[in-house]
Amino acid sequence: MGSLKFLWDVSKSCLTAGLISLTFSDRFASIVPVRGTSMSPTFNPITDSSIKSSSDDYVLLEKLCLEKYKFSQGDVVVFRSPSNYKEKHIKRIIGLPGDWVGTPHSYDVIEIPKGHCWVEGDNSLSSMDSKTFGPVPLGLIQGRVTHIVWPPQRIGEVKRSIPPGRLPFS
Amino acid sequence: MGVEILRGFAKEAIQKSVALTNFLCCLHLTNTYLFTLVLTYGPSMLPTLNMTGSLLLAERFSTRLGKVGRGDIVIVRSPVVPRRTVTKRIIGMEGDSVTYVVDPQNSNICDTIVVPKGHVWIEGDNIYDSKDSRNFGAVPYGLLEAKVFWRIWPPKDFGSLRQRAD
Repeated sequence: MGSLKFLWDVSKSCLTAGLISLTFSDRFASIVPVRGTSMSPTFNPITDSSIKSSSDDYVLLEKLCLEKYKFSQGDVVVFRSPSNYKEKHIKRIIGLPGDWVGTPHSYDVIEIPKGHCWVEGDNSLSSMDSKTFGPVPLGLIQGRVTHIVWPPQRIGEVKRSIPPGRLPFS
Repeated sequence: MGVEILRGFAKEAIQKSVALTNFLCCLHLTNTYLFTLVLTYGPSMLPTLNMTGSLLLAERFSTRLGKVGRGDIVIVRSPVVPRRTVTKRIIGMEGDSVTYVVDPQNSNICDTIVVPKGHVWIEGDNIYDSKDSRNFGAVPYGLLEAKVFWRIWPPKDFGSLRQRAD
């Protein structure tokens, strides 16, 4: 009888822990891996010695910003791909509604429509971003990246910055 | 004696707060992954949903699993004002060609477009007074939040929402 009660207690606390952690990761913050080199050198930097990056970076994704959808230029965000809802991308916001951004390969300047943003990867050589699919609705954003949490030698804050030459006109 | 009472009190307080936290977490998870209640108002979905306000029950798993199709009423995060959600009907899925009246109030000029990959075309049932894909274009599937399936209020219309007969 005693062991049965013990088992019941353990499973009950496991369920409680699961419920609380799932809710917490939904509402406040979660940890996600970064795949690919489109955000190098901020995440998964490519070094000369090893062409393939040894390990993925893990980052802290803050979700409180989704209450108001207030972002600023230079924030790194995770968003659902506009062409496939099952994929998620991590990119940096370059322009917000009302800004004008230039596309680097042509001389076109476009105004970002209301409720949208312009996102680009830090590694402009290999990145699928707004240069391919245009402005992204803010509603697709899943959270803002604030810190790198793994591997240990790379723990630190993610700075809000805009690559030089990519400043939008407003 | 005082310590004993205090300890018993603290134990009970902890038990109560754990139960409350559990309850709130269950509520949040049900709302995020299973069902949600939505209050809609406005003229855009007349005559299906009335203007003064309807309380609807919507489920989240169809959108998550990609099981929604033409004719379903869905809750969509607005591509123009991301803090708002709007209730519209899906007219076309990716790859469909959709013909729509550009400006039904003044003319009957039609336009046909093909819905791009990963997008859906949404319109209100009242095309004369609705801001939908005709204004902002096809929306990415990722903006769909839930599929409406049951009406709770007003009580005379309590019941499942049927597909539009057309």
